[in-house]
Amino acid sequence: MRIDAQRHIGVVSEPRVVEVERGFLKFFAKATGETNPIYFDEEAARAAGHPDIPMPPTYMFSLQLSAPAAVGDVFDPVNGMGIDMRRVLHGEESFTYHQPVYAGDRLELVTTTTDIYEKKGGALQFIVQETRCTNSDQILCIEARQVTVARNG
Amino acid sequence: MADAVMTVPETVFEGQELPEHICGPIDRTILALFAGASHDHVKLHIDSDFAKGAGMDDVFAHGMLVMAYLGQFLTRWRPQQNIRKWSTRFVAITPVHATIHCRGRIAEIIEQDGERLARVKLGAWTDKDVQTVDGEALVALG
Repeated sequence: MRIDAQRHIGVVSEPRVVEVERGFLKFFAKATGETNPIYFDEEAARAAGHPDIPMPPTYMFSLQLSAPAAVGDVFDPVNGMGIDMRRVLHGEESFTYHQPVYAGDRLELVTTTTDIYEKKGGALQFIVQETRCTNSDQILCIEARQVTVARNG
Repeated sequence: MADAVMTVPETVFEGQELPEHICGPIDRTILALFAGASHDHVKLHIDSDFAKGAGMDDVFAHGMLVMAYLGQFLTRWRPQQNIRKWSTRFVAITPVHATIHCRGRIAEIIEQDGERLARVKLGAWTDKDVQTVDGEALVALG
């Protein structure tokens, strides 16, 4: 099913408030085979000068998935793009960091669909989405950019 | 001086290879744990019946699992707070059972906003030497 680019480009999600859950950061460290204890042990994190367990560099993507947007989500068939999960690929991912994030922080995420373009005569569609993550002081912490690929062919 | 332990500052130069970081092999348990821990429940990575029904040979690794390994590659070299930004492209599927080799080198050392930064070209390769991720990071040298 081809995505209607005109309908979705420029759509901005509602703000989603998420908490960086300590248990999930420890689970993430286990699942990724992390051996640096600052990523799963509060004491080790504090001994290394951090206020708590740091959120690892790619976990921003998981925060986004933990709170899918009601408006503009790539999978949502009603208020989003309705991409078939059998035909999806992750094309690109980028992060820009402004402020460190730690376990227990409450963050707000806002996602904008900035572009949708095609290759191979529409057999592949590339959805570009940018997400801004701000903390409870309204300070920008992380910007994420992702390209999701839908295989229509 | 004879017995003194000297701390030698680490030399950083353009073209320098960073220490390789090897992860895996990625078995089905890792994919299941990563799906839960990362909130990425796309069935192509955890349900082989679903993956085969979608025309794949088998389940394959989440791109973000391999990017997490590349994150470890960077944070083993410099603390996380030194990473300014980075980007990756997922250029091939990472099959289940693959072992991942994270590699990178300093492409350039630059000054930006009064800071000395390394532009690191990085990537992930399977044990069959297929590149699955290509990327670049900007890391403060401090």
